[in-house]
Amino acid sequence: MTIRVRLFASLSEQWQIDQKTIQLKEGQTVAAVWREITGESLPDSILMAVNMEYARPDTPVKAGDEVAFFPPVTGG
Amino acid sequence: MTVQLKPKPFDPFRLLLQYQESRLAPGSYGATASFIGTMRDFNQGDSVKRLFLEHYPGMTERELEKIIAEARQRWAFLEALVAHRVGDIFPGEPIVLVVVWSVHRGPAFDACRYIMEALKSRAPFWKKEKLPHKERWVSNDENLQN
Repeated sequence: MTIRVRLFASLSEQWQIDQKTIQLKEGQTVAAVWREITGESLPDSILMAVNMEYARPDTPVKAGDEVAFFPPVTGG
Repeated sequence: MTVQLKPKPFDPFRLLLQYQESRLAPGSYGATASFIGTMRDFNQGDSVKRLFLEHYPGMTERELEKIIAEARQRWAFLEALVAHRVGDIFPGEPIVLVVVWSVHRGPAFDACRYIMEALKSRAPFWKKEKLPHKERWVSNDENLQN
């Protein structure tokens, strides 16, 4: 299945990825998306979203989803 | 209830007044609480020349709307406005405006504080500081205190 992945702020710089489309087997989670793009396990400090809603490492992903990873937020 | 992301500098006082005149009937509200966050030219002992504010278009707006909806569940207020800068920001420029209008002062004060605190901990914005000789991403711990 096709998943759109987006990275923001320091993560985008660190991994040199702004957005990317990846292919993944069905029945995977957000943590698996991170492993697919970085080759590493998901650090505790990172926040994540599926289709622009906050998610968790074990949140399932489905075809066509947009999965985002970003550092803790610093607005205001 | 309105969320506005501002790519250009804005005057929070003018925006408050314009919004109030366009959305609230005179006599309908008795309390207006507002918060304005403004960019400083110092942070952590360093001089800061410029700030870049990155956001997640779509999710940032959605999260701010969610925060306003949560506040509405807890307090009875008439209107709320959140405006937030994105892009390049310079010292002295306003970054964020939160305004809540209600009949009495309690809900306006409480909802304004709630919206601002939730924005700081959940809304997808990221600050990058331009110092005289380098750039750095602001950490969340330090941002929540300021």
